[in-house]
Amino acid sequence: MPRTTPLMIHIVPGKCDFCGCCVGVCPEDAIELMESRIAIIDERCTNCKKCVWACPWEVIEFHRDGVASLPNEQPLFLNSMDA
Amino acid sequence: MKEAYDIVVVGAGPAGSNSARYAASAGVSVLMLEKDRDVGYPVRCGEAVSHEGLIQFIEPDSKFIGSTITKFRLVSPDGKSVVPRLDGKGYVLERRIFDYELAKIAAKEGAEVVTKAYAYDLLRNEKGEAVGVRALIKDQETEIRSKVVIAADGVESRVGKWAGIDTTCHIKDMESCAQVTLSGIEVEDDTLDFYFGDNVAPGGYLWVFPKGKDTANVGLGISVEAAKKKSAIKFLEKFVEKKFPNAAVLTRIAGGVPCAKTSATVVKNNVMLVGDAARQVNPTSGAGIISGMIGGMIAGQVAAEAVKMNKLSHLTEYEKRWHKRLGWRHEVFYKIREAVNSFSDDTFNSIAESAQKLPENKRTLGGIFRAALWNRPSMLLEVARVFVS
Repeated sequence: MPRTTPLMIHIVPGKCDFCGCCVGVCPEDAIELMESRIAIIDERCTNCKKCVWACPWEVIEFHRDGVASLPNEQPLFLNSMDA
Repeated sequence: MKEAYDIVVVGAGPAGSNSARYAASAGVSVLMLEKDRDVGYPVRCGEAVSHEGLIQFIEPDSKFIGSTITKFRLVSPDGKSVVPRLDGKGYVLERRIFDYELAKIAAKEGAEVVTKAYAYDLLRNEKGEAVGVRALIKDQETEIRSKVVIAADGVESRVGKWAGIDTTCHIKDMESCAQVTLSGIEVEDDTLDFYFGDNVAPGGYLWVFPKGKDTANVGLGISVEAAKKKSAIKFLEKFVEKKFPNAAVLTRIAGGVPCAKTSATVVKNNVMLVGDAARQVNPTSGAGIISGMIGGMIAGQVAAEAVKMNKLSHLTEYEKRWHKRLGWRHEVFYKIREAVNSFSDDTFNSIAESAQKLPENKRTLGGIFRAALWNRPSMLLEVARVFVS
């Protein structure tokens, strides 16, 4: 279901260890993880916060007012899961 | 690299390499893709295995063994320690060498391996079945066709989702983990240490796994429920500060261990899930190296059979063989996990207390459990409640 609120999940740049714990609990396939690159897929994220809770290193933050002004990385590939 | 293979394996950990090895040795063409630049690195693992588990696949070799284990010690929340009698032995591996060796075996059997190869989607036919993968290889968007895709892409698996399998790990099953490899410390190089308790590792445990007498993996997993309040790294830093204040920190890693039952579906649309991606971790202990390798072996064998028979409906055989070999046991272990997670610190303390009173020859895990029940019958109710629910 498309989200009506702004994106509130933010991955703090430079802090991530790329372990994938967040991707494992994400119900929406909304996190792209490469070797040393991680990005939230805005179109899919529902702000459910599971990734925020699961992150062992406190790298993922929840911002109630949205993260539009924060430097989030953009995903490189949108796979055709929804097609 | 060719444009098409019989089987593409995504991920070159132990489960992926074993899939590639057993498929290739059966005579089909195999390509294994690894998203990182190295096979075996970074290591995201406590690295302990049993001897019996290991020798099914590879001879123990000093080049990938950090320590040989003959004992383990359980430390209760109030600091009592119990050393159960252990038949057999185990190892703390050097996964960065071990994974490399497994990939070499797969290569020797004929599998091709490419690193820094990031799979970002499946290729599909008109029926929606996978007929290969799309991957970023050497910065080129590349299409590789295959009859079967084996998803060995770890806790962060996405390949299964693209095939229509819901692989999401429920947060009650995910262990949020952190680990440091410490050196310049003193540890017993033949003993695995496990610490329990809400102040140490709520909803999980803390481990000290030696690599020689002066180095160890010190890590922990906590339940995501507990991690809502305080993160894994915070718990770990507190323990390390107290116990090993002057240690050199050789590695510092995060991780997630999916302590769930095996995914209800592990085969769909020509995609097979193996290892952490299939949630093949032992849900009680969080151990996943050998079970992932067993899953990988079976998947590789079945995939090769299916390709040779030209009958991809045969892939579902993997689900049956996995369940018969280990899946059913993991369902039991999952119930035990639920029981142990419901234990309070008091329960752990009373188990340790009754175990300490046992004569040494009766101090097996089963003996400890029986003694604990004898001294605290209400524990039986806690366990029974989980088993009958």
